[in-house]
Amino acid sequence: MRYIKTKIVALILLCSTITFAQQTPAKKQTKTIAITGATAHIGNGNVIDHSLIIFENGKITTVVDATVAKIDLTGMDIIDAKGKHVYPGFIIPNTALGLVEIDAVRATDDDREVGDYNPHIRSVIAYNTESKVVESMRPNGVLIGQITPRGSRIAGSSSIVQFDAWNWEDAIIKADDGIHMNWPNNFSRGRWWLGEDPGLKPNKKYTKQVTELQDYINQSKAYNNGNKSIKNLPLEAMQGLFNGSKRLYINVDDEKGITDAINFCKENTIKSMVIVGGREAYKIAKFVKQNNVPVLLQRVHLRPSNTDDDYDLPFKLAKILVDEGVLVALEGTGQMERMNARNLPFYAGTTVAYGLTKEQALQLITLNTAKILGIDAKYGSLTEGKNATLFISEGDALDMRTNILTHAFIDGREISLESHQTKLWKRYSEKYKTQD
Amino acid sequence: MIKKYLSLLVLLCSISSLTAQEYFPKNNGVVATNTNFTAITNAKIYVTPNQIIENGTLLIKDGKVVASGASISIPKNSNIIDISGKSVYPSFIDIYSDFGVEKPKRASGSGRSPQFDAGRTGFYWNDHIMPENKAIDKLNYDTKKATDLLKAGFGVVNTHIHDGIVRGSGTLVALNNYEGNESRILDQNSAQYLSFRKSVTSRQSYPTSTMGAMALLRQLYVDADWYAKGNIKTKDLSIEALNKNKSLVQIFDAGSRANVLRADKVGDENGIQYTILGGGDEYERINEIKATNASLIIPINFPKAYDVENVYLTSSLALSDMRAWNQKPTNPKILEDNNINFALTTHDLKSTKDFKSNLLNAIKHGLSKEKALEALTTAPAKILGKSNLIGSLQNGSFANFLITSGDVFDKETTLYENWVQGKQTIFENLNTKDIRGDYKFSLNGEQYTMSIKGELSKPKSEIKTNKDTYGSTITYNDDWVNVAFTTKDSTKQEFIRIAANVDANKNLNGKTIMPNGSERTFYATYSKKEDVKKKDKDKETTTEKTYPLSYPNSAYGFKTQPKQETLLFKNATVWTNEKEGVLQHTDVLIKNGKIAKIGQNLSDGSATVIDAKGKHLTAGIIDEHSHIAAASINEAGQNSSAEVTIEDVVDDTDISIYRNLAGGVTSIQILHGSANPIGGRSALLKLKWGQPADQLIYKNSPKFIKFALGENVKQSNWQSFERFPQTRMGVEQLYVDYFNRAKEYEALKKSGKPYRKDYELETLLEILNKERFISCHSYVQSEINMLMKVAERFNFNINTFTHILEGYKVADKMKAHGVGGSTFSDWWAYKYEVNDAIPYNAAIMHNQGIVVAINSDDGEMSRRLNQEAAKSIKYGGISEEDAWKFVTLNPAKLLHIDNRVGSIKVGKDADVVLWSDNPLSIYAKAEKTIIEGVTYFDIKRDEAMRYAIKKEKSELINLMMQAKNKGLKTQPIKKKEKEDLHCDSVDHEQH
Repeated sequence: MRYIKTKIVALILLCSTITFAQQTPAKKQTKTIAITGATAHIGNGNVIDHSLIIFENGKITTVVDATVAKIDLTGMDIIDAKGKHVYPGFIIPNTALGLVEIDAVRATDDDREVGDYNPHIRSVIAYNTESKVVESMRPNGVLIGQITPRGSRIAGSSSIVQFDAWNWEDAIIKADDGIHMNWPNNFSRGRWWLGEDPGLKPNKKYTKQVTELQDYINQSKAYNNGNKSIKNLPLEAMQGLFNGSKRLYINVDDEKGITDAINFCKENTIKSMVIVGGREAYKIAKFVKQNNVPVLLQRVHLRPSNTDDDYDLPFKLAKILVDEGVLVALEGTGQMERMNARNLPFYAGTTVAYGLTKEQALQLITLNTAKILGIDAKYGSLTEGKNATLFISEGDALDMRTNILTHAFIDGREISLESHQTKLWKRYSEKYKTQD
Repeated sequence: MIKKYLSLLVLLCSISSLTAQEYFPKNNGVVATNTNFTAITNAKIYVTPNQIIENGTLLIKDGKVVASGASISIPKNSNIIDISGKSVYPSFIDIYSDFGVEKPKRASGSGRSPQFDAGRTGFYWNDHIMPENKAIDKLNYDTKKATDLLKAGFGVVNTHIHDGIVRGSGTLVALNNYEGNESRILDQNSAQYLSFRKSVTSRQSYPTSTMGAMALLRQLYVDADWYAKGNIKTKDLSIEALNKNKSLVQIFDAGSRANVLRADKVGDENGIQYTILGGGDEYERINEIKATNASLIIPINFPKAYDVENVYLTSSLALSDMRAWNQKPTNPKILEDNNINFALTTHDLKSTKDFKSNLLNAIKHGLSKEKALEALTTAPAKILGKSNLIGSLQNGSFANFLITSGDVFDKETTLYENWVQGKQTIFENLNTKDIRGDYKFSLNGEQYTMSIKGELSKPKSEIKTNKDTYGSTITYNDDWVNVAFTTKDSTKQEFIRIAANVDANKNLNGKTIMPNGSERTFYATYSKKEDVKKKDKDKETTTEKTYPLSYPNSAYGFKTQPKQETLLFKNATVWTNEKEGVLQHTDVLIKNGKIAKIGQNLSDGSATVIDAKGKHLTAGIIDEHSHIAAASINEAGQNSSAEVTIEDVVDDTDISIYRNLAGGVTSIQILHGSANPIGGRSALLKLKWGQPADQLIYKNSPKFIKFALGENVKQSNWQSFERFPQTRMGVEQLYVDYFNRAKEYEALKKSGKPYRKDYELETLLEILNKERFISCHSYVQSEINMLMKVAERFNFNINTFTHILEGYKVADKMKAHGVGGSTFSDWWAYKYEVNDAIPYNAAIMHNQGIVVAINSDDGEMSRRLNQEAAKSIKYGGISEEDAWKFVTLNPAKLLHIDNRVGSIKVGKDADVVLWSDNPLSIYAKAEKTIIEGVTYFDIKRDEAMRYAIKKEKSELINLMMQAKNKGLKTQPIKKKEKEDLHCDSVDHEQH
């Protein structure tokens, strides 16, 4: 009872604080906007040093070298961005943003459902557009996310959203884009509270667990071939995997597991699969490439998983995979993943210190991600015809010293770069000014 | 086998009735006193490991040795046993045994809240202190186990209850299966036993950590002394027992080389030299182990090879585990080489049957046989102060001895008998003829050979003709052999049987029974198998290579410690952190571990010149809030744990040390966790990778303690509803109470009256006297202000608020108080109290004039604190120079070590980092990390180490494959994973 009471109190407190901070979504683009003179980082590896970027009705109409092209800008809102940098909006895939507000407050957690097989569970309806954590992404250039449920063998279905909306429905870029599976582990951990060695041991149930998964795929296929007169929601949700309308995201880290997962998808004719995590994918990069399987690579800022690993292994994984020709994008799950998602550009920056070029690193959080998620027709690069989801930074946006945004646009709408945090910053800076 | 023991028992019980105690009534016959001697003659007698009598006589009577020598006169009333050609050794002693003592049962109950109070009255306040326990009260003589031990060569064990931190006294028991406790109990109060592990019989939560157990022992010794002086009015049976046990040998179960050093430290501080049970890994830090001067008890449970057939599983096997397999058998040899006194134990072995093979393995790896015998006889006897009674065959000792066919440490040797207190247990008949060898016989005109191998009385046979080999079985008993072997026609499953008697020349005489029932005479001639022994020996001497140690003994450890150098950096961009600011194209000379010169065109004849053109040289990063390199982080058993110190549990093997060096970190403060409002004392380290733990700790270290506020100390985020405080209101009162008590304690101390030393209050007193600084885990403005007000009330200052995520809200008050802020760059949203945490916090506090540091609290983030510092440029527009100070000079100031480190200034310690780029850039990498002129990380050397690690692992995997192919047992692979410790981490082993 006492527990519930504290929870209620916490909830009330929470509600009362939530009410003041959030940013009002921007209105539709009405006027054509031209950004002039900026270094444009296209997202596909190319750079235009003195660029002219024009967008209208939310769509990019022009991306050109301003020193060559002569275009009449009359009637447009002109942003002089000389010396600044323009980037396509960064995309954080495989994130639980908006599903959890405060990790330790259970009442704010909506990221994992009970049950082992939950393909029918849809993340997007729980996605909180008013989240203070989500709005803190935008000042760092992270403008799009794939909202993904957690837990279970099959966690559920994700949806891709943009980060400036009144409601989840308005936020959707692509609904129910993929199903997320957690591949069985080759290792299991000892239960130290029962006096077992807490170290990792081979998982004796691995084969059984893979067989269960296979059986689930068989059942799904059988169901979807039948007349479905009696509805089975989970099995029905699996249909998209077989007709190619949904991607299968498989969370798997170890070399053997990755191999097994890729072979599993081939055998089951699952049209598009994506490796998520992929810690040891570098060991079999050629095999991954041969099978044209893309990788949403684990957070760059991690400790190596084995004591004997190279200290910089997590920093250089992207380089190894990219060099082998694998399509790679960066994800960020792990400790405090939601608030840390705003560090996505710095994850990419770190891969540059460990071998990639800056433009290659940029691809890992823009165009490659869009391709892997299947939204590259509209997002992921500064390309004519795509949606104007982009931002202007004072300097190199992959370096925290210079990732300082002056403008950001989602579908041409100029969004607020304020947040709960910037407001507090200003309020308290003001407090001390008045005291002086 | 069991049958055989039973028959022996029957035989010997009848003898034992002769020795009933003289004052006992007798109703089953007349009193028949046996006054005969027993003389074992013509034996090679090991009176002690280095006093050996060739062809001597051992004379015993009433269970004791009367005389031994080459020419002693044998009394007429002697029973003479002639064992010519055989050897006599003292029986072995195991002084770390749980023989006959039932394993204590785990306390039941699963309440949601931990239990804080003791579960009993009249004893010490902590249930895990049980000096009043006595093994004798629980002793239930286990004949079966005794027989196993006798078979392994043991005659005496010192047993105790393996449970709790103080475990009470042991009992010295002779493994005499034929008499009762009246004879076999040699000492019912033999040694007191201790450990760092809690009792399973109580759920009392304190201590939850090794450092807590250490603190508890220290306080216990003080309390015992106080009690002995009559200052405690109430009854404490634990302390009374402890004081009574003081005169006993104190044996400490440490179980690892790191804990051996910890136990010895506690002992030394209290004037006690513990005898310490090691972990078999002492060789990894042998100099430090030797320096303890402790006698050790050493287990020989050497790890089996890992099963490396599965390539994927093998890839997660750590070099340190592979080396343990390769190196651990050398531990006894290395102890011997270093003149460390030690006894061996069967402790930790799955079965006593493994004892001999493991011991032989240690001997194969260089342990001398003389030392092995000493470690099993005279050494343990001496540790217990019982050298006159056990462990040798000197006159007056118990007649505890082994009769063997030869060298007791040879694989082929047969143990015939183990005598304890003059009572013999027979494993092999002394007269059994050794029929192992080759036999020839003919049957139906065909010539057969039969080789007999294996154990003396349990041999194996192999029957062959020129062409074929036949399946066969053999039994051998009382000079008779029975053999059965298959016929040529293998489809039929028919057997030819032989029964034969062994004659004086070991030839076999008897009959053969054919499958059809017809009988023939059988005669086989014996010939000694040639060269078998030699061949086996040859095999054994091709011993595997023992891989060299490194410090620490894991991947990236140093085989030879890097040395202090004179280094000259040329043309660097130097971030001085002093008023000179950032200097371009500047030289820096490092000499004798200090920064010697900064300037242009420097030169020094003895210096190694490093071209630093285009690179940046900075002071090393200092992490104010770290939890790496520690074996415990939280003592969570009580709401104050000021008595514990992280310095007790520094872990010099943590790979995080090396990884932090690779991120440019040179100094850290390991803070206690945030489980309680008053936490434990800190350890300030320099990350001198490869050095032993105590060398990492700062010399003349400033004293720190962790305090904590908010959700963690209220235990808001887990199921605990009993412990005070549950609210921020309670936290304040707890502090006020403790500081008041500390003041009262001080008043008493100063009054000259006797007082009980209290380690917890002593620590708090240091705070009041401004000798110890507080680094307080804090989030919310209300509590931050509260603690400043409490401190002001007691006339001292808080030194640092760590985390301090709402510091920006009370920066003016913090400035007025004079406290520093050590914060995260951008963490928030992980719990309710960080809802208003903002990444501009550092900037606002800095702008208000507060000394600001950015810390990690995380073994991953600490590898790139340069990036975290750079975030304050983005969030709040801090200048690059100031941002850099957030992770160097400012934490040095907060830790009161800025006179030694934190900037590049002539005379300061040469703790510097060479970066590939501007250190605040996301593109920067540390290339060299130097502490006091020693290069502990070098990006090129790291490259070479990676190669060497790969090579060594491949070789070891190959050796393990060979071991498996030889038929040796293997163990499944487990993956080594060092847990990343945070504020809320608790020791596993204490649960």
